[in-house]
Amino acid sequence: MEATELRARIEDLQAAYAECLDSNRLEQWPEFFTERCIYKIIPYENEALGMPIPLMYGDSRGMLRDRVVAHRNANFFAPHMYRHLIARMRIAGNDHGVVSTFTNYAVYRTMLDPGDYGRSELFSVGVYQDKIVFENGNPLFQEKIVVIDTSQISTLLVTPL
Amino acid sequence: MGASTQIHQTYANGHPAVDPTQVPYRLYTDPELYAREQEQLFRGPTWNYLALEAELAKPGDFRANFIGETPVFITRDQKGELHALVNRCAHRGAIVCREVRGNRKTMVCPYHQWSYDLNGTLRGVPFRRGVNGKGGYAEDFNPAEHSLTPVRIATYRGLVFGTFSDDVAPLPEYLGPAMREHFDTIFNRPIEVLGFSRQLIHGNWKVYAENTKDPYHGSLLHMFHATFGSYRSSQDGGMKVDEQGRNSLIIALKSDEKQELAAYTSESVGSYSKTLKLADPTLLAARPEFDRFSTTIQYIFPNLVVQQISNTLATRQLVPKGVDKFELLVTYFGYRDDDDEMRTMRIKQSNLIGPAGLIALEDGYAVELVQRAVAYDREAHSYIELGGRGTGNDDSLVTESAIRAFWKSYGELMGLRWGGSADGSNGTARAD
Ligand code: FES
Ligand SMILES: [Fe+2]
Repeated sequence: MEATELRARIEDLQAAYAECLDSNRLEQWPEFFTERCIYKIIPYENEALGMPIPLMYGDSRGMLRDRVVAHRNANFFAPHMYRHLIARMRIAGNDHGVVSTFTNYAVYRTMLDPGDYGRSELFSVGVYQDKIVFENGNPLFQEKIVVIDTSQISTLLVTPL
Repeated sequence: MGASTQIHQTYANGHPAVDPTQVPYRLYTDPELYAREQEQLFRGPTWNYLALEAELAKPGDFRANFIGETPVFITRDQKGELHALVNRCAHRGAIVCREVRGNRKTMVCPYHQWSYDLNGTLRGVPFRRGVNGKGGYAEDFNPAEHSLTPVRIATYRGLVFGTFSDDVAPLPEYLGPAMREHFDTIFNRPIEVLGFSRQLIHGNWKVYAENTKDPYHGSLLHMFHATFGSYRSSQDGGMKVDEQGRNSLIIALKSDEKQELAAYTSESVGSYSKTLKLADPTLLAARPEFDRFSTTIQYIFPNLVVQQISNTLATRQLVPKGVDKFELLVTYFGYRDDDDEMRTMRIKQSNLIGPAGLIALEDGYAVELVQRAVAYDREAHSYIELGGRGTGNDDSLVTESAIRAFWKSYGELMGLRWGGSADGSNGTARAD
């Protein structure tokens, strides 16, 4: 694949991923990952200290599905929506078809509960450290490490970033 | 000004401010009371959790923290001794320690570069003799009189506590035998810090304190286990409350240990499910520890929670940030001798706890739901009579005894009159 096409394909993946979360189509979210995968949200604080504790973690598509099922059926939280702003990514390398990228993101959270309806706040800012592979011609995340600068979570984090 | 004087008189004149079964909501919203808490609780006769010794392993290690809202920092000096100091320069009051944690030989205040040893002793002052014989400090300037304000510390099993009080009971006594015994279990061997999380919750810190003394909400607010059938609500266990009513320990044991032990292999964990099943039950893969499968939530007044949920181990520190806000700082740990499998389990299970925790994230939300609803109803009150009106140990988990004990103890420390009847002898005061 040519460099420009590769970039275009991955940028489309990033955009579709963000749109999936922002439009509350969570059931489709695991489908952006390979069957065996790593999805991890880790505070910058831990990453910088070389400490392993994540806030959210999944190492299979199934575990990501469980997150969504819990989100829909088990967890209680104030209704809200996200809006991702994704900056231009840097392609850091291509190791035998595993493409590494770094992409800054910001997520605004807009509350949809009665007390706060329509109030937006900058909820999380950080960097996606992704590894992307192509399966049947489609780009998928083999690894998505979300290093959040916003180590201090406002209230709670239930919807994936 | 007029309003706050009135509030003060209301408390001082013995309006029944705290009946432990009926807590008026103004205790969550009153800024004057909040200011008094800073003096009478956090800077009063209490031991405040400051750090794990494991975070301060090497000489020169330090970390910034807070006692209530008072900034402090904790150091290990070159001789290996621990100190806690108020983070306020003896010159003109600037913050001295400006990083969350690190390693240094001295602490230098950036404003005019007064420099301090890690035990708080003033070492150097720029332009002490002035310049060209002019300015500077007088001959009788004595650096020894300008040290950083020390905070008295004590440690138990590798947990560091600090106090501003000369009168507080020694730490082991303050903790009490039941709480010490639990520390002896959890901190039985050297630990390794695995990471931190921070959560800003927009509610009064005491709403959260109640939450950690509330075994009733566990299977009702946190529906994850029930949803996936990985937990049955009939759990054995009990509630321990120390003599003063301040500290408490919830122990929830799985009701059928044999069955739970069989569930150790990840394949069978989801087997209780009637409806939904985990697609990937390795999330819950766990090993029994301390000879049992259990959840324990220990609260040490006023600012520490020690939690053990399955194989997750953590301290949670409450840092108040105003009457309607606090930060929850969670420090995750394992043991230094954990094998790789155990370490992996602890990391994976951290999905369950913390700000994004599958069985924990609701707590922040619940606190905020309370705070919002009570904001304008100062005289309305809660109803805390689950399990009766007692404030002591309970062998049931369907009880609010530890919450009542908390309010009783809180009322005493804050000098609030309490009790439903004039003399307070309505039975709610008894620790049984
Ligand atoms: S305030 Fe610290 S040196 Fe002046
Ligand atoms: Fe809870």
